[in-house]
Amino acid sequence: MYDIVIIGAGVTGCSVARELSRYNAKICVVEKEEDVCCGTSKANSAIVHAGFDAAAGSLMAKLNLIGNLMMNDLAEELDIPYRQNGSLVVCLSEEDRPNLVKLYENGLKNGVEQLRIIEKEELQALEPNISPDAVAALYAPTGGIICPFTLTIALAENANTNGVEFKFDTKVTGLHSVKDYWVIETPNGSIETKCVVNAAGVYSDVFHNMVSAKKIHITPRRGDYCLLDKNTGNFAKQTIFPLPGKFGKGVLVSPTIHGNTIVGPTAIDVDNKGGTNTAAEGLNDLIEKAGSTVKDLPIRQVITSFAGLRAHEDHHEFIIGEVEDAPGFIDCAGIESPGLTSAPAIGKMVGDLLKDKLSLSPNPNFNGTRKGVLDPKTLSKEEYAKLLKEKPAYGNIICRCEGISEGELLDAIHRPLGAKNLDGIKRRTRAGTGRCQAGFCTPRQMEILSRELGVDQSELTKCGGKSKLIVGTTKDRI
Amino acid sequence: MDKKNLICIGCPLGCPLQVTVSDTGEIIKVEGNTCPRGDAYARKELTNPTRIVTSTVRVLGSKNGYVTVSCKTKTDVPKGKIFEVIKDLRGISVSVPIHIGDVIKANVAGTGIDMVATKEIS
Amino acid sequence: MINYDIVIIGGGPAGLAAAVSAYDSGVHSILILERDKELGGILGQCIHNGFGLHTFKEELTGPEYAQRYIDQVLERKIEYKLRSMVLEISPEKVITAINREDGLFEIQAGAIVLTMGCRERSRGALNIPGFRPAGVYTAGTAQRLVNLEGYMPGREVVILGSGDIGLIMARRMTLEGAKVKVVAELLPYSGGLKRNIVQCLNDFDIPLKLSHTVVDIEGNERVEGVTIAEVDEKLKPIPGTEEHYTCDTLLLSCGLIPENELSRGMGVRINPVTSGPYVNESLETSIPGVFAAGNVLHVHDLVDFVSEEAAAAGKNAAAFVKSGMAEGERHEISLSVEDGPRYTVPSTIDPAKVEGNLTVRFRVGKVIRNHFVCVYFDQDRVIHIKRPIMAPGEMEEVLLKKKFFDDHPKLAKITVRVEEA
Repeated sequence: MYDIVIIGAGVTGCSVARELSRYNAKICVVEKEEDVCCGTSKANSAIVHAGFDAAAGSLMAKLNLIGNLMMNDLAEELDIPYRQNGSLVVCLSEEDRPNLVKLYENGLKNGVEQLRIIEKEELQALEPNISPDAVAALYAPTGGIICPFTLTIALAENANTNGVEFKFDTKVTGLHSVKDYWVIETPNGSIETKCVVNAAGVYSDVFHNMVSAKKIHITPRRGDYCLLDKNTGNFAKQTIFPLPGKFGKGVLVSPTIHGNTIVGPTAIDVDNKGGTNTAAEGLNDLIEKAGSTVKDLPIRQVITSFAGLRAHEDHHEFIIGEVEDAPGFIDCAGIESPGLTSAPAIGKMVGDLLKDKLSLSPNPNFNGTRKGVLDPKTLSKEEYAKLLKEKPAYGNIICRCEGISEGELLDAIHRPLGAKNLDGIKRRTRAGTGRCQAGFCTPRQMEILSRELGVDQSELTKCGGKSKLIVGTTKDRI
Repeated sequence: MDKKNLICIGCPLGCPLQVTVSDTGEIIKVEGNTCPRGDAYARKELTNPTRIVTSTVRVLGSKNGYVTVSCKTKTDVPKGKIFEVIKDLRGISVSVPIHIGDVIKANVAGTGIDMVATKEIS
Repeated sequence: MINYDIVIIGGGPAGLAAAVSAYDSGVHSILILERDKELGGILGQCIHNGFGLHTFKEELTGPEYAQRYIDQVLERKIEYKLRSMVLEISPEKVITAINREDGLFEIQAGAIVLTMGCRERSRGALNIPGFRPAGVYTAGTAQRLVNLEGYMPGREVVILGSGDIGLIMARRMTLEGAKVKVVAELLPYSGGLKRNIVQCLNDFDIPLKLSHTVVDIEGNERVEGVTIAEVDEKLKPIPGTEEHYTCDTLLLSCGLIPENELSRGMGVRINPVTSGPYVNESLETSIPGVFAAGNVLHVHDLVDFVSEEAAAAGKNAAAFVKSGMAEGERHEISLSVEDGPRYTVPSTIDPAKVEGNLTVRFRVGKVIRNHFVCVYFDQDRVIHIKRPIMAPGEMEEVLLKKKFFDDHPKLAKITVRVEEA
């Protein structure tokens, strides 16, 4: 019998897991994919929002701010790439200025610090590539950019190191309560637990509605993105937003923490909870919209495009808490933007809730520090030379676009919750994220994965399941 | 009498050729070529088309991690025999050392032509 | 700090030819740095024949052509390091590289020859919409998997791009037991050699759809199908022309891009038309003593021309070293292009440095029939050659005779253009 089972190993689930690992409890995260961070957490804007956008008084606004304030410390504890580059909401005509002021006032109500409206001259100095039509902007220095993969993976690794179990390839097919505990059905058998945390992203309504008469409804809202070559890394300095509209924050242009430029997202409601396919209209739409806030967007330097699905609940609000007619079932549903920013705060909120509910005692062995995959580029010349002597694998460059060595791949594969497939390596080391998009390193990664995991290359996948990389050997069907 | 259309591959011009063939398969005339190579190509391609076939077979014992060695038919073989040549390479493994020109399969698919290695592997 | 007179970045066909030529020009302190486990570059996976018709008057396979040059390097005992990745080159010609045995090391070069080759345009750069499943490969990556690892990347294949790599892989996959359903080509003409259309597509009844592109990829985990549509003159998909193909693999052969990260990093000026360095008549880049040749300079169709170009670069690198690495005064004349050619290699010439005849190479931007390639020295037309056909997929050359330069002592401008008559 578990004390807590968390459904979903995205940033929300992993944050709750890590928080709960501070306590003595038998905890398990069940995830239908082969790895953590496979849903919305891997396909978003990667922005740590300052918090001026969410409706004043809402749970979103409260947790956004708390999450933003927690992020610096968390990034240091868990070795996550994070930088507060500042956010700008651009006003493109004087007619819209009242809306800018409203946003500013909303931000003040939400408790956002250092927020101010800046005029054209200061804006252009801050952001040389801003559109010449821009008349003013809301400037939020506390906005930041983060690596969403590392955030999720780091939370998961730390939770795991502190005792949380992870069951992958384990899809939850049913839920029911028995007396004072829950039974979770999966293809690999049933799991009994005192409490359930529903952190299932776009599927969170499916599980909530299995246990409660008061239904919720999640619409998957697709966001398409384009990622631009690192050559464009200095195009935008802050994260540049248009004034928000009906469907959300609009198409932003931002540097990423790794030095690319990201453009997106669109906001297109889809029926299919697995509908992460981009569409030509979406991509064209976002290119057009992004062009409005900046001048000469270097869109021709696109190296890839992708899409993620926001878990948009009908009431556009986080649903976090114990379900009234389902005691022991804790929702973390409707976690759309600012979900990434709020993750540390959601973890704390749910952690506190369950600590009290189950009277959990602190885990004396809890170690909240985690070191990420070593990036040799952060070492001094002497340290690097020493590393190369002790671990020659760091001298074998696998991904030439991003300069990632075999040493980093080995680290990614052999650490807690290590990489098992190409996407797992990609998210832990960045191998394959460069301009050639794994054209060069795929065969080399496959060789290393095969050797380290002790499996034939025909077993290797891009992202688990049926995503096999090769189908057989030459002449095997002749 | 039949008229067949081909594209000459002798040079980048790619002249479209029209070849008149008798009922018994004899070439009566070649038109559309701008040089003698086109005429020769058309005649060969319609009476006895041939190709060089290239492929790979498994190699064993390589010190450097090679698992395949590339190979080719030593000279061209009848076009109609391409797939038979490939079939005849099924299941073949060769051991190091391999030198360019080493016979991988003699008289491959009964063509009278050997399949030879095209790479040095130690 | 280790010193070499000439360091060659990349041991593929260009690097090997440059090394041999530099050696034969009298400079013996040469080092080739190669990232793969063998010399020969991309030729190692080009197991098909068609190489060497010009150079050796034989039709060789890629590995055989490479071995001819590897043998020459070995005979001359030219030094090389394998499995060594160059991380950075400074404008002062200090090369930083890394490998397992030596760790991180630096080399001071007297002259450098850049021969890093090129990479393929990815699905991401093409912005093809749809899911992002396993089974989408660039043709070159698939070629490596099939030819060097012995693996089949898929069984039912659609290919986008009718350049030579796509055509070659259409045949290769078919011969290894896969079914290639169609080759789609965005432009109204194929970028590959005619012989490959015949021997890779026609031989196997594989249809070629010109003016078509892939507009959607299906399959959440592994490719399950693609949708192809016809495109208009602006290369935009025409609604209503969509055709669906069931397949488990999409191979992309949509362009090669010279690999100039290292060149850009050291400040070499890059031509936006070729994505390769601007070079002068000696194939020297904007940094004195740094030369470039082969696909890194501009993407070639025939390896024979790569070898020829690289040999010239090697010879000139050796001359640079022997002259004491002094640049001296240069009198640059620009080559302009008009009405047809998109660029020239070289882009500038110093007539004083032209010793014999000089080869100028270029590509046209569209298919041109029955026109003349013309070269003007100032206002004089010095070359007027009829070309029945010119295509973007076939690199062109003109030979500037030394006599032209001697006859025009006050030369200010050279123009390469295509004329109707």
